Amino acid sequence: MDWTAFTLSLKLAAATALLLLPLAVGLGHALAWRKFRGKSALEAIVALPLVLPPTVLGYYLLVTFAPTSAFGQLYQQLVGATLAFSFEGLLVASVIANLPFAVQPVQRGFEAIAPEVREAAWLCGMSRLRALWKIELPLAWPGLLTAAVLTFAHTLGEFGVVLMVGGNIPGETRTVAIAIYDRAQALDERAAGVMAATLLVLSFVAISLVYWLDRVRRRHG
Amino acid sequence: MAEPALSVELEQGAPIPLAARFECGEGELLALVGPSGSGKTTILRAIAGLIRPAAGRVRANGAVWVDEHTYVPPQGRRVGLVFQHYALFPHLTASGNVQAALPPTLPREMRASIAGELLEFVRLGGLEDRLPRQLSGGQQQRVALARALARDPQVLLLDEPFSAVDQVTRRRLQRELAQMRQRLKIPIVLVTHDLEEAATLADRMVVLHHGRTLQSGPPFDVLARPQSVEIARLVDYRNLFTGRVVAHEAGCTRLAWLDHVLEAPLAEAFAAGSEVSWGILPAHCVLHRRDRPSRGEHENPVAGVIGEFLPFGENAAITLHVGGRQDVELHFSVPTHVAARNGLRAGVEAGVSLLREGIHLMPHDRVDPAARPR
Repeated sequence: MDWTAFTLSLKLAAATALLLLPLAVGLGHALAWRKFRGKSALEAIVALPLVLPPTVLGYYLLVTFAPTSAFGQLYQQLVGATLAFSFEGLLVASVIANLPFAVQPVQRGFEAIAPEVREAAWLCGMSRLRALWKIELPLAWPGLLTAAVLTFAHTLGEFGVVLMVGGNIPGETRTVAIAIYDRAQALDERAAGVMAATLLVLSFVAISLVYWLDRVRRRHG
Repeated sequence: MAEPALSVELEQGAPIPLAARFECGEGELLALVGPSGSGKTTILRAIAGLIRPAAGRVRANGAVWVDEHTYVPPQGRRVGLVFQHYALFPHLTASGNVQAALPPTLPREMRASIAGELLEFVRLGGLEDRLPRQLSGGQQQRVALARALARDPQVLLLDEPFSAVDQVTRRRLQRELAQMRQRLKIPIVLVTHDLEEAATLADRMVVLHHGRTLQSGPPFDVLARPQSVEIARLVDYRNLFTGRVVAHEAGCTRLAWLDHVLEAPLAEAFAAGSEVSWGILPAHCVLHRRDRPSRGEHENPVAGVIGEFLPFGENAAITLHVGGRQDVELHFSVPTHVAARNGLRAGVEAGVSLLREGIHLMPHDRVDPAARPR
C-alpha cells in the first residue's frame, strides 16, 4: 500500500470538492433559474468532461500549462512556478474534469424547488442572497451533498487527466490510481490488489450514498 | 376624493396581453374574475412585483411601485401574497414560515411571539411546530395567510386561495375570510374563476378577459346587468337573445322578440327600430303553474315546449323551446316538487312570464348559442 499516494489522492479529492462546491452553486443556480444567451453552450461545456477522453482533456491542459503558452508564462510570472507536473496543476485539472459531477446534481437540486417558493421568499422581504441561504440551499442540500460525494469519489479514481497533467511524481502528483498502474506494471500484484480493493470499496460506498441521498431528496420533494 | 389605497393600470402586448385598470380601497375586497388564461394571476404577479409590465402604473398608499421610471422589486413592496398552492417553505415549521416574513433585525423571541399571535389569528394556535407536510390543506392555507400578514402588508393578494381544498374546507375558509377581513384595513385582491365565490365574498368584482378589464361593480350588478354580450357570457348569463326595440313609451321599452312584444325597463339609449341583444336571469323567469294560476301571468307571457328537464337536487333545471323552436332555448329552474305537481317533463308544453324588471338590454352582438363558451 502506497500511503503517500493514498494521502495525496485524499488531499486532492477533498481540495477539488471544496473548490468546486461554491463554483457549482453559482453555475448550477444560474443554469437552473436564469435565462441567458449561450445557456445551452454553457451546459454543453460543463457536461463535456463526461464524454471527452480524459487524455484529450489532459493534453489540452498540458498545452495550456506549458511555460511556452501565454497562460503558462503569466502563471510563471505571477507564482514563479509551472502548473504542469505539480499538485496545483493537478488540482486545476481535477476541478475542470469534475465540473459535470458537481454542477449537475446541484442544478437538479435547485430545479426541484418550486418557483413560487423562491418568489414567496422574496415577498417575505428576503434579498436574493438571503433567499438562497435561508430557503434554497437548505432545500437543495441533497444535491449539494451528492455533488460533493461524486466529486470526491471521481477524483480518487481519475487516471487519464492526472497522468497527462501530473505525471507520476511521488508525493507531488502520484495519486493512488497512478500508483496502482505503476505497481501493476512492476508486477507487484499484492500492492496493486490492496489499493484496487480499497478504491473499489470507497467508490461503492460513495455511489451507494449518492443513491440514498437521491431517495431522501425525493421523499422531501 | 382621496387616492384609493391601491390603483392599478397595466398595459402590455406580450408575453401575456394586458389592458387592466382598477382600484381597490382600504378594507375593500375586490375579486378579479375571468376564465383560465384571462390574465388574473399575471395581474396579481405584477402588483406583487414578480413581473414588470411593459407599461402602466401600480400605486399603493401614495407610493409608486411601478411606472415608466420606477420599479420597486417584490422585497421592497410590503405585499402579502397567498399563492394558489401556498408555496410554504417545506423545511420550516408553521412558526418558521411566518417568522421568515418578519424583519430579521427583530430579536428571536419577539419574532417567535409575533408568529404565535398571527397563527392564533388564523386559528392555528398549538400547531406552531408542525412542518407543512404535517398539516392539512386548509391548515397550510392558513399558514400561508399568516405568513402573508406577517409582512404587515399594504396590500393583500389571494390567488385562487380556496381552489386546492375540498368543498367543506373551502366553505369554512371562505366564512373565516369574510370574518377576518373586517379586521384588516388594507385592500384585498382575490383572484378566482368561481363567480359564486366572488359574489359571496367580494365588495366589488372586476370581469377580465384576455387581460382586459371589461366591467367592474358590485357583484350582483355585474352578474345581473352585464354591459355586453361578451361579459354576459363570461358571467355565465345563459338566456341571451336578439330583439328589436319597438318604442319607448309609458315608462317602458317595448321589445319585439319572435312573435312577442315584451315590456322591458326603460332603456332610451337604444334607439327605436334598432337591434339589441337582451337577456334575463333564470330567477326572473316565472313558471305559470297549473295548480295555482296567478295574475302575474300577464307579464310578458311566453309559451313553449320543454326540451330538457334535469332534476338537480332540490331544483329542476328546465330548457324551454319558446314557440316550439329548437333554436330558442330559455333556461330556468323550479323547485322539484313544483315540477312534479305541474307534471313537467321533456316534451310537455309550459308557459312562463319574463319579469319586466329582469329584462336587460345590451348593445347588439351575435347571439349564437354555438359560440357560447362551454
